Amino acid sequence: MRYFTDEHEWIDVDGDVATVGITDYAQGQLGDIVFVELPAVGTKVEKGKDAAVVESVKAASDVYAPIDGEVTETNGALEEDPALVNTAPEGEGWFFRITIANAGQLEGLMDEAAYKDFVASL
Amino acid sequence: MAAPLGSDRTAVFCPGRPLMSDHDTDETLEDLPLDKLALDDWHRARGARMVPFAGYEMPIQYEGIVAEHNWTRQSAGLFDVSHMGQLLLSGPGLDTAVEAVLPIDLSTLKPGAQRYSLLLDEEGGVLDDLMVSRLADGSLYLVVNGATKWDDIGTLREALPDDITLNHLDEQALLALQGPKAADALARHVPEAAALTFMKFGRFTLDGHPVQIARAGYTGEDGFEISLPADAAAEIADLLCAEPEVKPIGLGARDSLRLEAGLPLYGHDMTPETSPVEAGLIFGINKRRRTQGGFPGADRIIREIADGTQRRWAGLKIEGRLPAREGAEVFSGSEKIGTVTSGGFSPTLGAPIAMAYVASGHAATGTQLEVEVRGKRLAATVSPTPFVPHRYYRGS
Repeated sequence: MRYFTDEHEWIDVDGDVATVGITDYAQGQLGDIVFVELPAVGTKVEKGKDAAVVESVKAASDVYAPIDGEVTETNGALEEDPALVNTAPEGEGWFFRITIANAGQLEGLMDEAAYKDFVASL
Repeated sequence: MAAPLGSDRTAVFCPGRPLMSDHDTDETLEDLPLDKLALDDWHRARGARMVPFAGYEMPIQYEGIVAEHNWTRQSAGLFDVSHMGQLLLSGPGLDTAVEAVLPIDLSTLKPGAQRYSLLLDEEGGVLDDLMVSRLADGSLYLVVNGATKWDDIGTLREALPDDITLNHLDEQALLALQGPKAADALARHVPEAAALTFMKFGRFTLDGHPVQIARAGYTGEDGFEISLPADAAAEIADLLCAEPEVKPIGLGARDSLRLEAGLPLYGHDMTPETSPVEAGLIFGINKRRRTQGGFPGADRIIREIADGTQRRWAGLKIEGRLPAREGAEVFSGSEKIGTVTSGGFSPTLGAPIAMAYVASGHAATGTQLEVEVRGKRLAATVSPTPFVPHRYYRGS
């Protein structure tokens, strides 16, 4: 099941692990991404707080954690090829994986249809 | 990202509407009413993302900053820079009056020639940088920065005698056509423009409209700046973009191109708190004026030319891929020795580059320094500028 935040992150839940990235809409707004700063494995992230930073040609932007959890893995491919976030934002361009500390937090997020409507309203 | 937009004075071109959050903390001008460019509809019809800049809604990008940047370096890009101020000065005793305000030597500025100059305050701080062109009738045509144009008009009006006329040419648009193929594309419409060399200009007819074309720009490439009637801007922009070499290019690429070319951006790389000597802009103070003085801030400028300055504007090449942006601190070991004033990712070099004021003892080419970004120290090397060689046309 994939959920979306109003800050344009997606979170894909598989059992008790979740994968996080930014949406296609977000990468389109950011433009060419040249660097992604990922949290270290073991970092405890908090819902709505900074978890990663994306640098486009023009600006640095924070990426927030959609839910509380602990980082278990990061996408090493982004180090070599940060443009994966532009070309495959909702696939190979994922950012990090976290444990799900509080599954209840997922309920406040949007599903794909709701996110699509949200983006259309912007 | 909280879109930190702004003017020429603020730091960053934000890619769009707020998304996530942004690290930039510049003042915003979002509360001020924004003007529309003559080409506003034209930009939107071409898919431009419009952002507030210098009091206007301006196109930051069309297809993407890197693609537009590379297109300009390889072919030709059309930039709408109509937010900049175009001024005309005329009247009796013009040269003497203007030399009291600008550190320029007008005795050597011949009709058809353009020169870079600086508007300084009494302490020698930079109020603006500008281009001064000599028209055939002896009058002077100035192009000043968009965000500073109203202040500049006030400063000039106050400093110039009443019998000098200052006209703000606000019914003129300004387009820059930049890139190695700019001359080919323009020559199909204005064959005579091909004969201009760097920093020369002339008056021509383009598509039946009177235009003034200077061979100059802000990308480091060969190219032209075309002053034209605003009501003809859409027609002429269409005509130029119909040339296969030419695409419209936004402000985002304009900034990355000028950074690679080592060209300073007013409000960032020079401000009232910096002197032109620190900024390496001595060429903007003409030789006769360096000895004779008689312009605002002359005492400080002449002293600094003789004695040197404590800090200097220097280029930095940064290791890795993480860009250091405006405000990042520069270190030599544990000692803070400077601050980045412009920085970003160079599409041409595929690496981060920056400009910084650093203590003069650390400004020599090859000096190893560090720049701090979000608590991390990045290795940086003082590098000569331009980072990407200029390709101005100085004659065959």
